[in-house]
Amino acid sequence: MHGSEIAIEVHDLSVAYHKRPVIWGIDFELPSGHLVAVVGPNGAGKSTLLKGILGLVPPTSGWVKIHGQPYHKQRRLVGYVPQRESVDWDFPTNALDVVMMGRYGHLGLLRRPGKKERAIAWECLERVGMADFAHRQISQLSGGQQQRVFLARALAQDAQVYLMDEPLAGVDAATEAAILQLLSDLRREGKTVVVVHHDLQTVADYFDWVLLLNMRLVAIGPTQEVFTAENLQKTYGGRLTLLADAAHALSLSR
Amino acid sequence: MDPNFLWVLSGSVLLGTSSGAIGAFAVLRKRSLLGDVLAHAALPGVCLAFMLTGAKELFPLLVGAALTGYLGVKCIDAITRWSRIKEDTALGIVLTVFFGIGVMLLTAIQHSGAGNQAGLDTFLFGQAASLVGRDVVVIAVAATMLLLAVALFFKEFKLLCFDRGFGEGLGFPMRQIDNLLMALIVMAVILGLQAVGVVLMAAMLITPAVAARYWTERLDVMVLLSALFGGLSGMAGAVVSALGPRLPTGPLIVLAATGIFLISLVAAPRRGLVAKTLRYLGTRRKVARENLLRDVYEQHELSFDGTGVASDALQGIELDRVIGESSSPGRRSRLRVAQALAKEGLLRLELTGETWICSLTPRGLQAAWDVVRRHRLWELYLTHKADLKADHVDRDADDIEHFLTPDLVARLERLLEEHHQGPRIWPSVHPLDELRR
Repeated sequence: MHGSEIAIEVHDLSVAYHKRPVIWGIDFELPSGHLVAVVGPNGAGKSTLLKGILGLVPPTSGWVKIHGQPYHKQRRLVGYVPQRESVDWDFPTNALDVVMMGRYGHLGLLRRPGKKERAIAWECLERVGMADFAHRQISQLSGGQQQRVFLARALAQDAQVYLMDEPLAGVDAATEAAILQLLSDLRREGKTVVVVHHDLQTVADYFDWVLLLNMRLVAIGPTQEVFTAENLQKTYGGRLTLLADAAHALSLSR
Repeated sequence: MDPNFLWVLSGSVLLGTSSGAIGAFAVLRKRSLLGDVLAHAALPGVCLAFMLTGAKELFPLLVGAALTGYLGVKCIDAITRWSRIKEDTALGIVLTVFFGIGVMLLTAIQHSGAGNQAGLDTFLFGQAASLVGRDVVVIAVAATMLLLAVALFFKEFKLLCFDRGFGEGLGFPMRQIDNLLMALIVMAVILGLQAVGVVLMAAMLITPAVAARYWTERLDVMVLLSALFGGLSGMAGAVVSALGPRLPTGPLIVLAATGIFLISLVAAPRRGLVAKTLRYLGTRRKVARENLLRDVYEQHELSFDGTGVASDALQGIELDRVIGESSSPGRRSRLRVAQALAKEGLLRLELTGETWICSLTPRGLQAAWDVVRRHRLWELYLTHKADLKADHVDRDADDIEHFLTPDLVARLERLLEEHHQGPRIWPSVHPLDELRR
């Protein structure tokens, strides 16, 4: 239906900030319909990997295909949930309005959102249990509620592939439950969901695939096969500090 | 009245309106200071254009202003990209260097003895009275274009200011949209130079927008209000300037805008200082009342056996045990709170001999039970869910229990029941029992 059963194909993707490499030569193919945890230590480049796939940071090498076509042709199929801290929540707008931004891609340039967009935004707010807060100014929402608004906005994009940057970081228990429910719903609908996740303890419970990352790709695959002590040692263990040192030296030498 | 006055007035209003509207986005895009740099960097352009054309014709001067203003912005980009200098420093460098060159050129022109050079220094502090019909036509056309662009790209600018990365993910040309917004800001600044002056032009961009933010939580309303405030300031500045002997318009317009800002800062509903103070005092009173009710309740609990409905009047307690001995800090204010509660019929106060004796009335018991229950729910929640030590909890709970939502309370209810820590003296049949029926 979307050209390929491979949801995301990443080939030799490298990203550098200010000459300092953050991720190196990432290569993988992700079949569609999985709920994938991106796991790795701080500074491993997890957020950068998502931004690299989305083209939000310029890659130094590599390309990305979504369902078999280059990313820039398939943008509509990709929904993105950035980290909550990435925006100023004191912006003069309410929850419903933020969710409606998810429809902007379908509207295109210059067209105003109308009744249809409002209805879809309401539906998405309901799905994350936030309909009661639709007209609340966004700074009046708790952290967990803000996170759910961001999720609703991604839902409004009606995408096939979702990339989420730490949606479970610092949220209350109710939000965590709501988000996890939503993630598994999305998977059941056949969507592909890639989630940067911090809590190693819950990976095996909620995610059927895992991507282990520490500047380079350590492993990717079904959780039972890949989420092993050996791979975790490779991801978090001391050996890879060598790579960080090399990157640092490289940025100094230029 | 000066026959030119209507031109001056309409010019100033148009300027204020358009810079107010675009200023809302400049502020939300966190580009306020850039407007200031732009205005200052425009001065050498004005001077150069005058030196080249030898005439004080508005349009070429504005083109010169736009060119050096744009160059200044590009310099900031270049400095932050290619060196380790941070943006605030780069802004400072570019502003002062360009303005310095501008003042130097201006002085050179004034000493060169060119005939009509005198008009050029109006660009420093602004002189709306120097606007003539032709200038106003230029301003009117440009202001209309600005307002149209804002209306047309409202959705895109909102996306840019709130979450640029998300916009890029949607496939919107965010860099071009950002450039467009930047160009509109340049246009608004350049247009206002003659009337407001390079030194103060940034205020026309920032002040109306910041004032507007106080009155609304909606972007469209904010943009409209900001335009309105800008227009009003322009009008006030032009009128007052015309009254006096060639008072510079810029400072007058800016003072008018600042006046609107100060009114907003103080009087705006919800965000204004008055509203905030009232809210704070209200919360403080509520907290003090509830704390006292809780203390009385817990004293009652000490002399109450078992658990259940208080069938008869509760045994009186010495008030001093609740509000502290005569020398203890905070006693006076707690005494006032107790008297207020007594007045409302929540607390019974009786003088027995030398000492005041207090007890909760049935209504007071109901209120206190409610507070105590919420407090213990919160304590329990923190110790169980947030892994805090029990003896660290009380202080936090004291403040926070007053802000629990009914929704959260319902979730904690069950936990409290499981741990048999509910308040022991019930005001009536236990509400939970009613629910279970």
